[in-house]
This record gives sequence, C-alpha cells and structure tokens, in this order.
Amino acid sequence: MAEKKKKIIKTIKVDADKCNGCRACEVVCSAFHAAPKYSSNNPARSRIQVIRHPLKDIYVPVYAGEYTAAECMGRDKYVIDGKEYEECAFCRASCPSRDLFKEPDSGLPLKCDMCEDDPPQEEPLCVKWCLNDALTYEEREEEVDDEEEVKLEDMEVGLESLVDKFGLQKVMDTVTRMSQKD
Amino acid sequence: MRYAETGFNLEIDLSRGSIERVETDPRETELYLGGLGTNAKILWDRVPPEIKPFDPENLLIFSAGLLCGTPATGCNRTIVTTISPQTELMAFSMMGGFWAPELKYAGYDKVIFRGKSPKLVYLYINNDKVELRDASHLQGKGSLETAELIRQELQDPKVQVASIGLAGENRVYFASIEQGRSSASRLGIGAVMGDKGIKAIAVRGTKDINVARPAEFIELCNEVREYIKFRNENPIPGVMTILQGLGSPQEMKVHDEKWHTENFMWGNARVRRRDFWNEEVAQKWSETLDTMRTRLISCFNCPMECGATISPPGLLTYMMKCFSKLTYTMAAFSDLDFGLGIAQSATEYGVDGFSTPQVMAFALELYENGILTDDDFPGMPSDNEGRFYWLLDRIVRREGIGDVLANGTYWAAKEIGKGAEEYAHNTIKKHEQLPLKLSMLNPIYFLMYATGEKINITQIEGQFPQAPFPTMEEREAFVKDWFQVPDEKFKQILLDWEPRGEKSMPYYPTVQMCCDIVDWQETMHYIDDALGMCAGLSSFPLKPPYHIHNYPKFISSGAGIDMDEAKLTHAIKRYRTLVRAINISRGMRRKDEKPPEDHWKKRFPELEKELLDTYYTLKGWNNDGIPTQESLHELGLDYVSEDFVKRGILTGSDDEPPKEEASAEKKKQ
Repeated sequence: MAEKKKKIIKTIKVDADKCNGCRACEVVCSAFHAAPKYSSNNPARSRIQVIRHPLKDIYVPVYAGEYTAAECMGRDKYVIDGKEYEECAFCRASCPSRDLFKEPDSGLPLKCDMCEDDPPQEEPLCVKWCLNDALTYEEREEEVDDEEEVKLEDMEVGLESLVDKFGLQKVMDTVTRMSQKD
Repeated sequence: MRYAETGFNLEIDLSRGSIERVETDPRETELYLGGLGTNAKILWDRVPPEIKPFDPENLLIFSAGLLCGTPATGCNRTIVTTISPQTELMAFSMMGGFWAPELKYAGYDKVIFRGKSPKLVYLYINNDKVELRDASHLQGKGSLETAELIRQELQDPKVQVASIGLAGENRVYFASIEQGRSSASRLGIGAVMGDKGIKAIAVRGTKDINVARPAEFIELCNEVREYIKFRNENPIPGVMTILQGLGSPQEMKVHDEKWHTENFMWGNARVRRRDFWNEEVAQKWSETLDTMRTRLISCFNCPMECGATISPPGLLTYMMKCFSKLTYTMAAFSDLDFGLGIAQSATEYGVDGFSTPQVMAFALELYENGILTDDDFPGMPSDNEGRFYWLLDRIVRREGIGDVLANGTYWAAKEIGKGAEEYAHNTIKKHEQLPLKLSMLNPIYFLMYATGEKINITQIEGQFPQAPFPTMEEREAFVKDWFQVPDEKFKQILLDWEPRGEKSMPYYPTVQMCCDIVDWQETMHYIDDALGMCAGLSSFPLKPPYHIHNYPKFISSGAGIDMDEAKLTHAIKRYRTLVRAINISRGMRRKDEKPPEDHWKKRFPELEKELLDTYYTLKGWNNDGIPTQESLHELGLDYVSEDFVKRGILTGSDDEPPKEEASAEKKKQ
C-alpha cells in the first residue's frame, strides 16, 4: 500500500470580471522566463494569455497547461451570459490546433510553472503584477498517495514534442549531425 | 545589440508602393531619445517649411516610444507626427492602447509614410512580413468596424489596428486616428492619414524586446508598481476628486460631475451654468453611466482604468476615455444619455472629441445670430440633439456647410466672414481649446496656454497643484513626501503660496517662479512623449510614480544609454527646441502665443509681457520666441542656426535686437 503524503496544491484564482485587459501578466511572465531572467520580454512567449475581445466584453486570462501532440476529436465553444467565447477559449493545452502557448520561433510548447524559483517567489509574478485583483494566488495542502513521481527534465519535455512532430529517427539524425559539426 | 528599441524603422513610399526596413543610428537615440524626439529630427531633416500638410512630401510618422514594449508600467504610447492641416505647424498627437508595444514586438520603432497611395490601402505588419493591402472594401467604414473587419480578414484576434473613419478619409481638419480604447485626436492627423490613402495599419509582433541591465530595470518597475498601489490607496487630500489620484482624470468612474458641469462652459464655450447639478440630474446621469458602461478598461501593461466600454442602447459598443464623456453633452446643452450616444458615431467617424462639439456649437451660434441662415442648413431638425447628429453627418461627409465647418472654427469663420470670426473665440494657434472661461489671470496657465506647442492644456499641465492650499498644515502635509520635485525650491513656493493677499495670484508665484514651474511641467511631458510613457502616470497627475529622479535610471538600465538628470534635461531641451524650430521655420512667432482673449476676465498686459519675456529667456529664445544661435549651439543644433540664418529668420549676429512689432501685439486691450 502506498503511504499518504502531503502535497501543496497551488491555485491561481482568475476573476475574469475584474480583468481590465492590460496584459501586464503576459509582460512579466515572459520577462521572468527570459534567460538571463528579465533580460527580454515578449508576450507571445508568455505562459498566460489574455483572450480579449473588448467589444464583446470578453476577457479570459488562460494559463499554459500540458502539451498535447494531437488535438481533440472536436472543439468546444461556450456561450455564457449571452457572450460567445472563441473556440477552445478556456483550454490550457499547447495543442496543434492553435498558436497559443508555443515559443514563437521554435514552436516548442510552453507551460506555466508557477514561477518556480530559487529562492521561491511569494506568489507567481502574474499575480503580483495584477494590481486589479483579477488574479489571486491560493495554496492548500492535500493528502495524496505517495507515488514515485517521474519528473521529466525540461529538455526531455522539449525533445518529446520534437519527436512527436518529426519522429524519433529524424531527431536522432539531427542530433548526430549537430554533434559532428564541432 | 540595441536595448529597449529595435533599431529599425519601416519606410513606406505610398506613391511607389515600396517598403524598406532601415536601420537607425544609435547616436540619434542618445541625442533625441526616441518617440517625439527622433520624430522631430526626422521632420526637421525631411520636411522643409515649403511642404504643405497635404503635399505628398509631408511625412506621417507613427512612432513607439523608447521604452514601449519593455515591462515599464504604462509605457504604451504611439506618437504620431506630421504637419497639421489645421495649424500648418508640427502636430504630435499621441495615443495609448496596444499599438506601440505590438510594433516593437514586430521589430520596428517607427513607421514612416511618404507620398500618396493611388487607391485606399491598409498596411499589414506581421513581424518580417510587411505589405500594403487593398482597402477599397473598407472605404466609408467606421474606425472600430474597420479594425474588426481587418482582424477577421487576417484571422488573428491579436492584431492591433490603428484606423481612420469617414472623417479621416474626407480630410476633416479634426479627424482622429482610433485604436483600441485610444485615439490620436488633436490637430487633424487623421486627415493626413486619409490624404495619403491609408485606411489602417494592422500590426502583429512576436519578437523579443531586450533591456540592458535586467535586474536593475525590473527593480525599478517593481518600485513603480508599489508606488502606484500606495497612491491608489492614498488619494491626495484637499484637491478636487479628479486630481486626487493617478491616471487620466477618472471620468469613466465618477458619477459626480458637479465640478465640470458648473465650471466648464456650455454651448460654444460661453455659457456657465452655476446651478446645473442637482439631485435629479445626478440620479439620471448615474443611471445612464451605469446602464451603458460595461467595463472599466486599461491600456497595455497599466493597472489604471481610465477607459470604459460603452454600449448605448441600440448602437454598437465602443470604447471611451476621459472627457469626451461630457464635451458633446455640454456643447449641445443636453444630457449624458445624448453625449454617450453621439460619441459612438463620433468614434466610428473618427473625430476629435474636443474640437468637434465646439465646431457644431459654433455653427449653431452663427445660425441663431443670423450669420448662417436656413439656406445653409437644408433639412436640419429643430431640436438641439437632432441638429448635432445632422451637423456631424454633414461635416464628416463634407457636404454643404459641413465642408466649411470641417476645417475647424478658425478657417470656417474666415470663409464664412460676415463677422463670424467673433464666434471662433476659443482657439490658440487656430486650434479649439477646452471650454473654460475664468475670472482672475493665472500666470502659470497663461504661460502654458501661450507657449505649449501641443496646443492643448492637458498636454503641458501637471505636477504642481492648480491652486494654493488654504492652510499651512495642508501645505506642509503636501510637501512632506513630495520627492518628485526637481528642486527643493518648489516646496517653498507652495508653502508660501496663499489664496489671497500679497502672496497670491497673479503676482505670486513671481514671474521667475512661474517660469520655473512651467518649465518643469513641460519637461515632464516631453520626457513622456519620447519614452512613450502615459502622462497619466507621469507628467499629468500630482505625485506620480515616474519623475525626473527615476527616469534617468529607467533609460540607463533599459536602453543602455548612460543617463543622469543633467544629461536627460539637456536632451529634452534639445528636442523641445527642435520642435519649436520646426514651427518657427513655418512662421510661428510671439504674436501667435496667446490664450483666447476671453479666457480670463481680469488680464494684466504688463505682467503677461514680463512672463513671456522671462520665459523666452529661460528657454533660450529671443524676444520673438525664436531660439537664439547661442542656445542652439549649446544644444548641438548648429544645423538649425545655419538654416535660420540662411532663411533670414536669425541675423547671424548674437545680439539680435528685440522685435518691438511682435511684442506690441500683447499691449492692446
């Protein structure tokens, strides 16, 4: 039997009614994740994206979630309070169906990491930079089964998506060719 | 590597349809910073005074500010520069919104248009892909409508679009350029865009903007955000509500309009209604705002909510900012219901919210006084609201009397004649002003109205309280944490300044003090306009988060240009003087530098002369308002001197005699 273990659940609460559409969250997210840190910024690289249609009063900050190699069998479209949201508006996936949550140059997937940092940030920076309280941060503890978690290294996540896109053989050939160049 | 800026401009020749990506000289950035500064340099170099606003050689420059696209909060302004059809001087209207950062992310600092397109086009910029596209299907479309159609056509909701409506297409002298929740409205730059055959510029960018010293820069940004939070929680006591906080005056938030409606003038900037505001009005107007206002909204990377989406019943939603909330209402002697409704049409047509209502009120005044007659208004409805809608339509289509009015009150009055000039009473340098008429001369405001080259009071005022605090306790409380002052002397001026008695207006602050206050206020606006910073977080409100002490650090760590307060002040003076030089070369002189005659009841011609004399000296200008050879040399603007001597504007000797005929202008009355 697996033992019970405490786990911290990190939640960003999005109050879309309070969003003013300014995209400060996108700015600081992309700056924080630049290398070196804050050396550049580019909202297209942000792991939070504000889906905005001002004239339809639609403001939805969405976080980058899991990478998926294949899109869903169909798409969804929500109408809430008479407002029709665009296809897949609430979906967090970095998915072949759209440009969202991909590095604009390489196409590699992006995923929100809650601003993991050393020393840790008090709260994700998008939350810190949202002075309008559209984003707030919550933490709670939960008991979960203690299972050995295999955590892929960052590079593997990237490679995996390349393998999905081009096949393992092509990626291996490329790596071989690159190593021969030096 | 270039920091903060991209180092590239787009040069578009509309006559040939050619598009070039041109690398810029980093030394120009050091000298003129960017935005307005480098725009002025380009205009000086390439648009000599012989070029008229609608000549193909006139340029239309869309520039992002130097720090746009960086994480600096509120830095999102586009500075649009051209020669104004209304004033025939340099125009540099600006807009917030989302366009300038997007241009930076696409890899450009400026888009420079020359020539004229043979047919209506729009420019599409998508990173390295830049193309002129046919816009014939957008002809006559509203500005917001155009933006939506382009986004659909390009299938990209993230494209930022700056566009003109019918007014721009028809070269109305007060046509605006609309974009997101903002517009560049003043001085008719939309008309130049229309004249060049550009319906819109759509831009999308996904590239990086770099900063030179990241850790230092983000720390400065964090300090600014912290201070904004502090200021939002600590409004300034003892001043009018709209002056207590940051941002533009929070017109979209407030319900109480007693101050504006009872202190600003109604109609053609003449009628004051001292007892207008009462409970019934308050209730009705509050209801209107609450019903029509869907959401308070912001510009790019800014927490202030100075705008709102407005949905008038039965009309399309549009976005409004600031004082256009009341300009139509008050010009037409109507109510907020009407004001918010007609502003929807005005936004789609793309016209300036200050000039337009005033032009219409002016026309109706001429009608009431028999200078214009029924023949000029065939089919005009009899109610005021109906008349405004009718006139707006005629103006943007340039039909009948609308064709005359479309040139603004100054030119329309000239063309109409028969004494119409008397009714075009509220212009400076041919440009319509806020409908404000006061009693006692305010020497600080006198200087700002007279010499401001944006020709719009909100674009020069700020920083220093508009009125003295009645008690010493209030004054001391105000100066206690007033670290934004460039010099401690400003605190003392405020401490000594009294509402009545010896140390009160118009003789206190003294002439020299007034000059220093105005110079400080103007300096802050000019920094903002080069960096692309919104005045609402810097030059406009009291105690702003950006000021002369942290700006040099922002520029150093952001753009990698070594900067301190002295060097920054010198750079501002350089391009501020260059703006003046452009206007001087176009004929502007001391005689043009005067507020409307009726702006104040109590005038002081001797004092006003002394104010102007002293201010000109402080600025390094001669008695006619022309920069002297000595000051031009100090600023590294010898090329301006040489040109002025060649044109006979300066004589070539340093001790130019003051020109009496020009200053005599002030002595009448």
